[in-house]
Amino acid sequence: MELDHAGFLPRERLDALIERLAAGGRRVVGPVARDGAVVMDTVHRAAELPRGTADTQAPGAYRLGRHDPASPAAERLFAWANGPQGLKPLLFAPQEPLWRSVRDESGSLRFEAVAPDAPAVAVLGARACDVAALALQDRHFLDGPFVDPHYAARRGQVLVVAVDCSHPADTCFCVSTGDGPSVSAGFDIALTELDDGYLVRAATAAGREVLADLSLEPVTAAHRAAADDQHHRACERQSRALPARNLRDALLDNLEHPRWDDVAARCLACGNCTSVCPSCFCHAEADTVSLDHASSEHTREWDSCFTQRHSQMHGYKVRPHIRQRYRQWLVHKLGTWHDQYGRSGCTGCGRCITWCPVGIDITVEATAICTDEGSP
Amino acid sequence: MTARARVAVHKFSSCDGCQLAFLNLGPALLDLAAAVDIVHFAEAGPVDPEAEVDIAFVEGSITTPEDAHRIQTVRARSHHLVTIGACATAGGLQALRNGEDLEAWLGHVYAHRDFVAALPESTPIAEHVKVDFELWGCPINARQVLAVTNALLLGVTPSDEAEKVCLACKRAGAVCVMVTRGVACMGPVTRTGCGAICPRFGRDCYACYGPAEGVNTRALTTRFEGLGLAPEDVARRLRFINNAAPAFREAARTVTGDD
Repeated sequence: MELDHAGFLPRERLDALIERLAAGGRRVVGPVARDGAVVMDTVHRAAELPRGTADTQAPGAYRLGRHDPASPAAERLFAWANGPQGLKPLLFAPQEPLWRSVRDESGSLRFEAVAPDAPAVAVLGARACDVAALALQDRHFLDGPFVDPHYAARRGQVLVVAVDCSHPADTCFCVSTGDGPSVSAGFDIALTELDDGYLVRAATAAGREVLADLSLEPVTAAHRAAADDQHHRACERQSRALPARNLRDALLDNLEHPRWDDVAARCLACGNCTSVCPSCFCHAEADTVSLDHASSEHTREWDSCFTQRHSQMHGYKVRPHIRQRYRQWLVHKLGTWHDQYGRSGCTGCGRCITWCPVGIDITVEATAICTDEGSP
Repeated sequence: MTARARVAVHKFSSCDGCQLAFLNLGPALLDLAAAVDIVHFAEAGPVDPEAEVDIAFVEGSITTPEDAHRIQTVRARSHHLVTIGACATAGGLQALRNGEDLEAWLGHVYAHRDFVAALPESTPIAEHVKVDFELWGCPINARQVLAVTNALLLGVTPSDEAEKVCLACKRAGAVCVMVTRGVACMGPVTRTGCGAICPRFGRDCYACYGPAEGVNTRALTTRFEGLGLAPEDVARRLRFINNAAPAFREAARTVTGDD
């Protein structure tokens, strides 16, 4: 993969990059190892990043570990795949007020917008799958006739510092969706982590401004060869794959496939898959009225097509059974998403496989339903 | 509902913990007291168990002949009857004695068995009278109390929070304890409302809010066995605070083969 790198940043100088990201009061959010996972949180120094941390992921299982102290990966800060969340919670808030109404003295209602909480944030360590999913969320929240003001306010304040994925997990399949493991678009700055430092490239004016006085070293042919080799090894490490990039017709032709009953028997309908999915955008809205009935607040929160309320209409549940809910999710994500957004809704991050408490594997289900391999 | 609603809080067989949800309201208790007349709430002060009310909150299960008689009176004198907590809604922890030898237990536990009048089973309020709304939890919390009271004051159906704990857990940014540590978390079959407080503090959910909507207990118990739990340990996860809730009771029977 040919990438246009601006320069090389030795690992011991990563703090200089973090300082520049934090300039002007910007909050830097990056990976930290906590609660048994790599989670995104505020970071101030490179020393807080998960040095030498490794992750092992399998259907329904995630364990943190350490790279062999003798291996070069022991000094790396990004030698793991991805944690339970990436960019989504920073932009599509899990729960937030949208507007409120206030009853004035004359008894009439006044409606007020609630200004979104949108501080300037730099996200360090976003992976290709999450950057691709960010583009999908942008399409949903920003590109239609009705721009979502809350998402838009936060989106305008986010600087994305991506990192090419060098250690995909067993659950990853971004090669098959065409979204990784290296980042190709949608970032401000991207890093390729090598044994002794980072190849750095910028794609936007904001990214170039951060790099402007960083005194990057020249990129050598050895750096390029190492990055290229790492990219190919990361591709080869991925054992899972979706059967095709476009499964729309295959899914719509198989709406009564017996596999839906099979997966429904295993599915908890708990909504973990949609919650960790970086592209899922469904939400529910509700009002909370004050006890004196003088004001009310309208809030939005993450919802899931696996809940009953998601398909609740007046006096009628559209999808009362788990079979219908799982089918709705998969057919939309991998099928009708093409009609809506021009591509599949899956970017191959594998989170729905790892974080499913019972380990249901989207690649296995899609293969069973969409290919001859899975014919009844 | 009249401009100023009358409210009662009744207690049956229970630990009194759910009534604390009212006292734990803090400043909001003053707002509540300003919005309604609390005419019977023995734990807090006012005592008038016979009062006719707009909203009766009922804590506790029915375990004695006196309970069974009194709940009929409460129902007859209440416009809306709302159960609060696992005891009133599902029979409570004390329903573990259902199906056991009551006489033998009474002999083991009490010095003078003759002073105890107990029904054979601990049963939820809804098995005795019509219940208008149920608040699950052991204990319930102040937010639930305010939400249901306010909905009834406004004349709208209270919101039934029936989705799984996992969704609140994920919204809170908590890391899944089952996926990262392999512990048997009940979150995927448990009703929301607690704010995922246990997983947020690194422990597994033990289903104190009872079964959620559309649960697949079989899928979860199969997973628990895969995590290394023996069938009797899986059954114990179900036979706990909400052991008599039908979804958990049936799932435990399936696991142990006591059909």
